Parts: sequence; C-alpha cells; structure tokens
Amino acid sequence: MIKRYFLPRPLHPFAWWGFALAIAVAASTTTNPLFLLGTIAVVTLVTLARRGDNPWAKGYKLYLLLGLFVVAFRVAFRVVFGGGDGPTVLFTLPEIPLPDFVRGIRLLGPVSLESLLYGLYDGLRLATMIICVGAANSLANPKRLLAALPSALYELGTILIVSFSVFPQLGESFLRVMRVRKLRRRQSTMADGGGRKTRRERLGVVETIIIPVLSDALERSIALAASMEVRGYGRSGVATGRERLTSTAAGLGGVMLLAVWSYFLLARPGIGPSVLGVNLLEAALLVGGVAAVVAALRMAGRHVRRTRYRRDRWGVAETLTVACGLVMALIVHYLRVIGDPTALNPSITPLVWPTLTFPLLAALVVAALPAFITPPPSLTAGRPTMEGVS
Amino acid sequence: MIRFEGVTFRYPSNDLLRLDGVSFEIEEGELCLVIGPTGSGKSTLLGSVNNLVPRFTGGTRTGRIVIDDRDTTMLHTRELATTVGYVGQDPLAGFVTDNVEEELAYSMEQLGFPEAEMRRRVEETLDLLGIADLRRRALRTLSGGQQQRVAIGSVLASSPKVLVLDEPTSALDPIAAEEVLALISRLVRDLGTTVLLAEHRMERVIEFADSVLLVSPDGSVAHGPVRDVLATAPIRPPLVELGISQGWEPLPLTIREGRRLAAPQRRTWAEHPPTLPRPFAPGSVTLTARGIVVKYPSVVAVRGVDLDLHRGQVTALMGRNGCGKSSLMWAIQGAGNKSAGRVESAGQVSLVPQTASDLLYLASVEAECAAGDAVAGAAAGTTMALLRTLVPTIDADAHPRDLSEGQKIAVVLAVELVGNPDVVLLDEPTRGLDYAAKAVLGETIQRMADDGRAVLIATHDVEMAARVCSRVVVMAEGEIVSDGPARDVLASSQLLATQVAKVANPVPLLTVEEYDRASR
Repeated sequence: MIKRYFLPRPLHPFAWWGFALAIAVAASTTTNPLFLLGTIAVVTLVTLARRGDNPWAKGYKLYLLLGLFVVAFRVAFRVVFGGGDGPTVLFTLPEIPLPDFVRGIRLLGPVSLESLLYGLYDGLRLATMIICVGAANSLANPKRLLAALPSALYELGTILIVSFSVFPQLGESFLRVMRVRKLRRRQSTMADGGGRKTRRERLGVVETIIIPVLSDALERSIALAASMEVRGYGRSGVATGRERLTSTAAGLGGVMLLAVWSYFLLARPGIGPSVLGVNLLEAALLVGGVAAVVAALRMAGRHVRRTRYRRDRWGVAETLTVACGLVMALIVHYLRVIGDPTALNPSITPLVWPTLTFPLLAALVVAALPAFITPPPSLTAGRPTMEGVS
Repeated sequence: MIRFEGVTFRYPSNDLLRLDGVSFEIEEGELCLVIGPTGSGKSTLLGSVNNLVPRFTGGTRTGRIVIDDRDTTMLHTRELATTVGYVGQDPLAGFVTDNVEEELAYSMEQLGFPEAEMRRRVEETLDLLGIADLRRRALRTLSGGQQQRVAIGSVLASSPKVLVLDEPTSALDPIAAEEVLALISRLVRDLGTTVLLAEHRMERVIEFADSVLLVSPDGSVAHGPVRDVLATAPIRPPLVELGISQGWEPLPLTIREGRRLAAPQRRTWAEHPPTLPRPFAPGSVTLTARGIVVKYPSVVAVRGVDLDLHRGQVTALMGRNGCGKSSLMWAIQGAGNKSAGRVESAGQVSLVPQTASDLLYLASVEAECAAGDAVAGAAAGTTMALLRTLVPTIDADAHPRDLSEGQKIAVVLAVELVGNPDVVLLDEPTRGLDYAAKAVLGETIQRMADDGRAVLIATHDVEMAARVCSRVVVMAEGEIVSDGPARDVLASSQLLATQVAKVANPVPLLTVEEYDRASR
C-alpha cells in the first residue's frame, strides 16, 4: 500500500498551485524576516525534491534571482529616497536639494537602520510571494495545468503548445537564413573587390532576412493546420447559435459581477449589511459571479466530445499537499486574529529582534511535509534511451 | 476500398488540368505505389483521397470518390479522420503536441475516444512502431527517422482503413528512410491496411507493392500490376532499367531476382573479363585544404581533414547525416565556421547550400538573374542566358518559391556560375528530386566539370554518385575514411554499391550503360 502510494508520478497540477498559493497567502500577512526566510527555504526544499525535469522545472532559479533582485531594489530605494526613518542613523549621505514642488521626496541624506529594515522586511515579503508562484510553476508543468482546465478552455492550451513549438522553429530558420546571407555577402564583396556596395547588400534586412523567415513560418503554419485538420481537429463541438449566445452572455455577466466584487472589496470595503462578519453584498457578488462563469464553461463544454489522454487524477497525496499549505495559512491567520501579532510583525521602532515562535516553527514544519509525503515525480531523462532498439 | 470515378482537378490560377478524368479502384489491403515525375499531380491525387484537395488547397474538382462503399466526395477532411490516415513529407511540420505519447493520442482525443481505449491503443502503437523507449521524449529531440515513425504512428493509432503517405522519406537521409520504409512494409504485411504510397526511392518498396499507379504530367493515370506499369513508365529504378535493356523476363524487382537473371552473363565474364571504361584522368589541383578542423561548443564536426580538388573532376562526398559533410563544405567555402586549417584556392569558390531557396528572396526569377549580373559585374542578361542552358523551359516571371526543387537549384547555380567560380560545392542537391530531374542535374554538373571547374557534391544518392562522379570521398565522424576512384569505392562497398553493382558483383560495373556496353 505504502509502496504503491510512493510510486513515481506527477502530482495533479492544481495540488501544487493550491499548496503554493496557500503559502503565498500566509507569507503576505507577515513581515517576520526569520519566518519569511524559513518559508523560502521550505518552498525551495519542496521544489527541489519534487519538481520534474521538463524545461519549466528548471526555471525555479530564475524566480530565486528575481526575489533577490526585489529585496535589493527595495533596500536601495530606501537608501536613495528614505522613508520610515528612525533614530538609529547608520551613515549620512550628501543630500541632493530638490525644488519646492517635489516636497516630501528626499534624495539621499541620512540613512537610518529602521528605514533599511522596513525595506528589507517588505522586500522579503514580496520576494517570498514571487518565489511561491515560481515554485508552483516548476512543480506543476504548465502544460498539464492547461490540460486539467475545463474543456471549454481547450483552445487556449492548443494555442500555447503550438506557439511553444513555433518559436524554436522561427529561431532555426533565422539562423539558417543568416548563415546563407553571410555566404552571399562574402561572394558579392569578393566579386567587386569589397569596394562599391552591391545591389544584394543594399537589399537590406527586410528582403534578405525577414521575408525568407516569414515565408518559412507561413508555410509551416499551413502545414500544421492541414495536419490538425487531417487528424480530426474541430470535428466535434458544434453548438447552435443560440446556445453559443447564452454561454457567452453568462460568461460575460459572470466576469462583470466579479469585477464589481473586486472593486467593492478593494476600494469600498464594508458597504452593505454584514452577518457574522461576512459582508452580504460582497458575498452575493462573489457567489453570483463564480456561478455564472462556471455555468458558462459548463454550457460551452457540453458540446465538446473531446477526451483527454492520461488525465491527472486527484488522489490522497494531492489532498495532503493542499492540506499542508492550508494548515500553514490557518496557523498564520490564527496568530494574526487571535494570537500574538507581534510574532508576525516584529516591531522596528523600537527595534526588536524578530523571533520564531513555536506556532510559526510548526507552520514551517507542516509546509515542508510535501517534500517527503508525496510520491516523487517521474523523470524522463536519467536513464539512457536506447535508440533504434525495439 | 478506394474508387475514383472520373476525377478531374485544376487550380484556380491556371487552366492546366492536374488530374484529367482519373478512374481507378484499389482493393482492400492493397499497397499501391504512386509514381510520376515531379509536378505531375501525385500529391494532388493523394490529397484528393481525404479531400485536403480541394478543401485546403483551393481549386475545382469534379467526379466522384468512394471510400469503403461510402461516397466521400463532399465530406470535410476532418470527417474522414477515422477513415483515412494521412502522413506528409516533413514530420516536424505536422506535429501538434510536443512529446511522443501525446502526439500519438492527439488524433484520438479529437475523435473523442474513451480514456481506457486511448491508453490501450497508445501502448499498442508504441510497440507496433518500436518506439516504446521514446515515449516521453520531446519530439524535437528525435532523429528524422524516429519523427516520421511517430507521425505514422499518430495516424495509425486511431486505426484508419486507408493510409496515405505522400513521399514520407523525401526529407530523410537514407538510413532513416530505410527505417521508415521497413516499417511501412511491415505494417502492410501485419495489419493489412490499404496503403497509397508516393515514394521516389521506388526500389525500396517495389517488392512489397501490389500495384503501381503512374500519374503523368498531362493528368492521366495508369493503374496496374507492378511489372506491367513499370515496363512503360518514364521513371523506374536502375534494376528495372537494366532488366528492360537486357530483355529479361519477368522484369526483376529485387536484387535477388536480378542476380539470378544475370548469372549466365556473370559466368561469361568470369572467363572473359569485360573491358572496363578508362579511369578518369584528373586535371591540375585547383583547391588545397589542409588540416581543416570545425569545432562547435558540444561537438567536433570535422577533425583535421586534408582534401585536394582537381580541375574537371566531379567528386562525391558521402557519409551518414551529421558526419561533417556540410561543415567541411562551409569551411572550404570560407563563410562557415573554421577552427583550424587553411584553404588555398586560385579562384572563387561557390557553395549551393542545402536549402537553396533561402538564397532566393526576390520576387521573380528575372530579378534574381539581374541581381546575379550586378554582383558579378556581367552584362545584363548573362545569368538568364546561362539559366536557359540549364533549364530551357523556366518561366522568367515565376516567383522563385513556386519553382520545383530542381528549378530552384538551377537558378541558384546560374547565379553562382555567372561569377565564373573555379570550384563549385553542392550540398545535397538531389534531395527531393526524381529520376528525371536528377538526370538533368547530372548533365549540368558534367558540363560544369567539362568547363574545367572542380565540383564537389555532398550526397546520399549512390546512383547519382555512380553516374556523375569519378571520385568518391567517404566521411565518418569528421574524418575521411575512404577516398578513391568511384568504381573502387562504390563497387567494393556493401552499403554504397549501386543496384547494378550488386547484380554484377564481382565485376565492378556501376551503371546500366556500363553493364550494357560490357555485355555486348
């Protein structure tokens, strides 16, 4: 049983996204640098342990670098423009005087420890959220994520995959054309002693590079379209005009409701009656919008008689993974609402050394569990492929 | 299984009938080989089977097509996806997904197969094609032969009743082509699928074919047993050519049959050895390459090659794909990457690259020729006149992209030759050419050599090398492994021997003409 559970397989992409987003939410409500660093460490551990070997999986390093850049940028911003200054001045830079109309902005001048720490904590929080998204992206193959979407969104996946194969091909034809162009140029300069510009040279970039590359791409896309047609693409899924109209209307209506909801949530919170701390207007808008969108997808998907090869299944491991993320988010939420908020947001003025309390430590341990309790990913490389042996 | 009744087709742009009242019937389980000169409407005929022509290409088609007792004349191509599987020339251009397994499943996903059924069929197809070990590989990382096998598998997985293959090996090197053709012949024997196959390497599949469909340039077709049609066909493999000129009955289709028929002749030769043609006397050395090394970040393409090219000699450069032929040519020409070594040449060195069409970007043949004149500083019309000697029928106003492969090469050659180069390098010029176009190209090359130029051709085509080249250089892993007169290299080799050489072995005769002369 245990052995079977741990057989290598890719986890459902939604599980990784759920896990990573829950952690990102938890990280967004805290500025405790120790906890944030711990979160980054835990997410990195899970990613390294459970990512596959597709090209997207290798992108995690880039997200780490992006996080580092965000932190450095935030701190540098504080050095240059100041803000959140405290009494502990570390050093003073010569201040650049600015005209009166930009009052409130200061260039250089005294740099305080508090100001730098504000930048550091804030940057670290943003970096952690970015890294969480990066982890989800490397853990869950975006292609499989698209494959798990409702069938009404199928075309989106096709577009993505086709464009991913077109770009390397464009690159190849570009290199080939550049190489051939070099051949021509060499000859033409040789032919008239490298002096006067020949017509071939005057032809310029458009005719000699862009036209061959684009006509290549055009030929390829026609070939691809023919190939898709030959294999039955677009054969099923014929809805009547009225059904299409209904589903489009429902989709648009749902998106509009959600837009209004987000406006109320972000710009005018607290309008309307509330019961048990839940704002009724906001809740109604949210539920109505989601329901309309779901109905639209259902309607559009009903006619699609396409099936999916090796659909990812939701199993125990997926539930456990999402649960680990949710537990961490709940612990942080609990601390914020009922427990000790100073653990989440350590005070900077007066300066207090941040501490990792027991609940936070427990949250980190729970978040690290998926690195051990999920089945490992199935790798494609690693074992030698025997070509031509059947 | 497939019945064409009076099918006529023409493109909207001109009045030429590509198919003219074509009627034929192909039985269930038949392997029908479709042959015909380039541009004769082979592809039009094959595309008509699943209505890609005219639904995708435009044009007007009349007549009736019946597949599996169902009138399919008016159906959409996608409606025929379960009936007709279609494989084109370039597998990479037709891939929709990015790994092997998903590509095999794509067609079934579109047709709405149940999941369990789909899984079972993908496994079966993987085994049938012998690509189970490649199942998770990205399609772009496969070799050409593997890609074409996946393409065939992806249409086979939904088990169509008819398989249509339009020159499936024309973009492949001979080893990959062999791989694909072996697969096709096995599928025909094991599955009994009805197959329509257009293939210019006819000799490889001819023994499996049940019938031949000859498409003529005037749009008419002839359908019948292999030997009957080939006896009158304008294009045929050298072995059949030999059988006809020797008056052998029945016509030999395999080397084994040919050797049996040639046995009396070989006995005569064993007692009275025939006089072989005089070996070619090369002129003075016109290009010297010493210690050429071409290194790319991950591989060494050429490892210290020394090569001399002689005036008036045509040399073939052979070897499997990726053995460094192209890299060596580009290094000799000077435009390519060269890590070490030196090239000494008295005059200009011209190179015609593999994809000749990349060099043609002006709007008409005439404009290309005028540009050629300008580059070489020649009088206006020189290039055009030169081109007319190569291909007299070419349309000066045609767009270079609309020309056939052979005509494109001719235009590029004319533009190169007007600069009067001493050395001409041709990188796989015979790719995608049929026998007739190759014969024309062969004459062109011979004429260049007669003018005192040194010519080097990278090619996989043994018959071409035997007919045109007097010297053969074989490369492997960036080194030259054999270099000598064509007769010695080609006749003694297992892999590179021509069909005639295999029949005449141990007498080193390479071409049908040589065999005829020796047997007289």
